Amino acid sequence: MINKISASVAQALEGIQDGATVLIGGFGTAGIPVELIDGLCAMPVRDLTVVNNNAGNGDTGLAALLKSGKVRKIICSFPRQADSHVFDALYRAGKIELELVPQGTLAERLRAAGAGIGAFFCPTGYGTELAGNRETREINGRHYVLEEPIHGDVALIKAERGDRWGNLLYRKSARNFGPVMATAARLTVASVHDIVELGELDPEAIVTPGIYVDRIVKIERRATTAGGFVR
Amino acid sequence: MANYRPRSRDELAQRIAQDIHEGAYVNLGIGMPTLVANYLPPDREVVLHSENGILGMGPAPAEGDEDYDLINAGKQPVTLLPGGAYFHHSDSFAMMRGGHLDICVLGAFQVSATGDLANWSTGESGAIPAVGGAMDLAIGAKQTWVMTNLLTRNGDSKIVEQCAYPLTGVGCVSRVYSDLATLECTPRGLVLIDLVPGLDKAELERIIALPIADAA
Repeated sequence: MINKISASVAQALEGIQDGATVLIGGFGTAGIPVELIDGLCAMPVRDLTVVNNNAGNGDTGLAALLKSGKVRKIICSFPRQADSHVFDALYRAGKIELELVPQGTLAERLRAAGAGIGAFFCPTGYGTELAGNRETREINGRHYVLEEPIHGDVALIKAERGDRWGNLLYRKSARNFGPVMATAARLTVASVHDIVELGELDPEAIVTPGIYVDRIVKIERRATTAGGFVR
Repeated sequence: MANYRPRSRDELAQRIAQDIHEGAYVNLGIGMPTLVANYLPPDREVVLHSENGILGMGPAPAEGDEDYDLINAGKQPVTLLPGGAYFHHSDSFAMMRGGHLDICVLGAFQVSATGDLANWSTGESGAIPAVGGAMDLAIGAKQTWVMTNLLTRNGDSKIVEQCAYPLTGVGCVSRVYSDLATLECTPRGLVLIDLVPGLDKAELERIIALPIADAA
């Protein structure tokens, strides 16, 4: 019997190694797997590379993970925010490496990893400093930059509802990076608020089929008001 | 002494809203461009896109009705209109990059006469860089419009021959809607669309210090 349900966050995160690339879902307040990040903070791992759209808000969640000193490098599109003081201080002190990637290119590099694409030509960033010295090509009169996939060792994502096969539904704009990151990692761990019996999720509506998900863990629902703006 | 009055932010938003056609799929950038939503004529159906994964985005919720799983790209709570849809980031940016969005309205530090855009970094040393979706938006939509005051606080024109700030995209801006005039950016340079009353083309050319062609 397939049963991807973990009894605890700690069990769901078992096996994450030093030097791992960890894809972490979420955008602003929506879809951040806070409990999984807290669980990672409690593990004796180091030299992590973290992929997230941002670089943490306030002092909790991703910011706490950065503060713990376990993260060597972050790949993101928008690290600088009003309350990203943890990242800002580490960056200015030269204690964290930053790879800045346009948001859509970040998503597509993850998608490429999940879809088995070796690299792709992307128009975003052509002629800008973010294209670096990567290969460019003109195709039918348009200019493109060669982009490589971002593979994760682990993906930590937040979904709304799942079943023991790992099928997932999300909630509103909390979907953001979850479905893409789920495809791009060797080990995908999803937190959900609700675990239902097989067959209860409408097969026409399942967003992430269980093939992409290795472990799911149930967490309590709590209001997501942290980060990005002041309530 | 100038005998013209610049458009206010709201008048500028209204001017842009007039040009958004029925049925358009539109992304309004963070900051001043979001004002445009307030002036879309009620009899015109326009679908707003938010790059974090929403089509059919509605206005901010009433106080107390905020849902922090439903936010816009600026991370502020919003609502979803009937017919709206959610999708993941890769799909959302495919909509832009794939040329499915009709119009995107962005702010700018500088725009060149041929449509190069600089709006993500002032290139200041020591500043923490952050780009978000700026580059994807700039090159993705069928038309990229810039909404801005024509002059900086120092009185310099934001429309320039060549951008001094780091570029967001090359030749991507088709129109600049400013507080003084609306201009088209073309491979051959600027073309005049309109001016605020009391301002003439010669004066505008003096302000921008670039030649401006009349619309054909």
